Amino acid sequence: MKIVVCVKHVPDATADRTFTEDGTTDRDAVDSVLSELDEYAVEQALRITESGVDAEVTYLTVGPDDAKDALRKALAMGGDRAIHVSDDDIQGSDALGTSLVLAKAIERHGFDLVVCGMASTDGSMGVVPAMLAERLGVPAVTHLDELAISIEDGSVTGRREGESATVRVQGTLPAVVSVTDRSGDARYPSFKGIMAAKKKPVETLDLADLDIEPEWTGRSAARSAVDTAAKRPPRAKGEIVADEGAGGVGLAAFLTAKKFA
Amino acid sequence: MAEILVLVDHVDGTVRKPTLELLTLARRLGEPSAVYLGPGADTATDVLGTYGAQKVYVVDAPDVAEHLVTPAVDALTQIAASSGPAAVLLPSSLDGKEIAARLAVRLEAGLITDAVDITADEDGRPVTEQSVFAATYQVTAHVTEGVPVITVKPNATAPEPAPATPVVEKVDVTFDPAATATRVLSRTPRVGGDRPELTEADIVVSGGRGVNGAENFAVIERLADALGAAVGASRAAVDAGWYPHSHQVGQTGTQVSPQLYIAAGISGAIQHRAGMQTSKTIVAVNKDADAPIFELADYGVVGDLFKVLPQLAEEIDRRRG
Repeated sequence: MKIVVCVKHVPDATADRTFTEDGTTDRDAVDSVLSELDEYAVEQALRITESGVDAEVTYLTVGPDDAKDALRKALAMGGDRAIHVSDDDIQGSDALGTSLVLAKAIERHGFDLVVCGMASTDGSMGVVPAMLAERLGVPAVTHLDELAISIEDGSVTGRREGESATVRVQGTLPAVVSVTDRSGDARYPSFKGIMAAKKKPVETLDLADLDIEPEWTGRSAARSAVDTAAKRPPRAKGEIVADEGAGGVGLAAFLTAKKFA
Repeated sequence: MAEILVLVDHVDGTVRKPTLELLTLARRLGEPSAVYLGPGADTATDVLGTYGAQKVYVVDAPDVAEHLVTPAVDALTQIAASSGPAAVLLPSSLDGKEIAARLAVRLEAGLITDAVDITADEDGRPVTEQSVFAATYQVTAHVTEGVPVITVKPNATAPEPAPATPVVEKVDVTFDPAATATRVLSRTPRVGGDRPELTEADIVVSGGRGVNGAENFAVIERLADALGAAVGASRAAVDAGWYPHSHQVGQTGTQVSPQLYIAAGISGAIQHRAGMQTSKTIVAVNKDADAPIFELADYGVVGDLFKVLPQLAEEIDRRRG
């Protein structure tokens, strides 16, 4: 079977992220990395191949030149090949534009299963998997803490922790799945893996290769716009006291003054 | 006046609080119409009317329970096509965001997720406010094309009644073929106990690594009960197996914005801050005076949570007599 794992190259979530003047994410201000939450998607795809399912794992990313680094990181963890869609006209796309490019690339490559992380660590909307399923006309089996593929039934089954219930869900293959950070720890690339990744094929495509008109993506096609982006004012310096035996009583007085108790 | 569609989040007819917040926000933009899926609409109509729903669209079909997400997308697409709404508001839940994502693709409309406030601009169109980059930035945004599809986080506003007598309209929806749907094999409701839900609570008391053991969470629960609060946990505490994941506060858990957040034994890693730093008042109790959580705290106690929290709970009980 053909497994496509969507990965994103994002500004490091532990650094001070910021916006450019046009209200899009500033991708030059801080170092970028493979989105941590996508590592879980890579891990689950690799575990499927290791469970005896005959599968080829292809990583797919959309982004500027250095987005290739995310593909190399994923390839160093395992898997077979990668596709990098890069085109100046994609810059500034919203989730709708990005999902269109991803869907076209997935259709061109062919797929039985698309695996995504639960959200990116920058935009963090968590909507791309559902949009992909909508565009590809297949089930979305998302936010899974645990998943299993059945080749005999041609289905994917998983467990999803919703807000008010635990739900066991199932979709017919081909399907799009997304996995959470509780699906299983992602492996570290081995030295051998890092060396092997350098020889794995990475195909670069542009919008023309995918029959996408430039005006369908990018900032001009985005259907929402940021008006203002302001750094939250730092919280006013609070009162910090050391407990010398009456810390709880002092805290109670603070809460009472604030009318919480 | 423009019609604003609000997707109702309910458990067997009991409308959840975020829906009342959506109805309250919708009134700033136009006349709210509730879209109710599944059985139990009769009992829900009263409360929907109390919070200003002028209309309730009811879709009651087996598909709604058998499949995830797509029945709601089919229903909203069809209702939007016939009613021509000025916006569609949904709760920022797992399901709500996926419904919104698919709906935006189908309606070729702009999507904004996780709004923490919505206001109307001079033309009555929605302007949203969001907290991004682990809540370090406040962003205002608007949809530039199509019917704005917006998901709103819990506690974005206080629900305000505005009694109306809604017109109830039953809608027959043509659902997509089951092959593209996700089947629900089983649904196990989480037993919530007597404490308020994490996303809806006015007060949250959370424990982290410093709690040091599942049994020690009794200290957190004791304080939560004294304050009528929900219980939260940091990722470290959840990963250690001390408290269930459904209580995890943080980037990949639940993001909360209560009136009061008490962090006990939590250092304040970015993963955790992303889930709580929009709380109105923050209190921290930690042994380590250098813990980054103190940078956020309106009031901090450097000390042993096993001494401070019980004393606090007793003092609250005493003050309440």
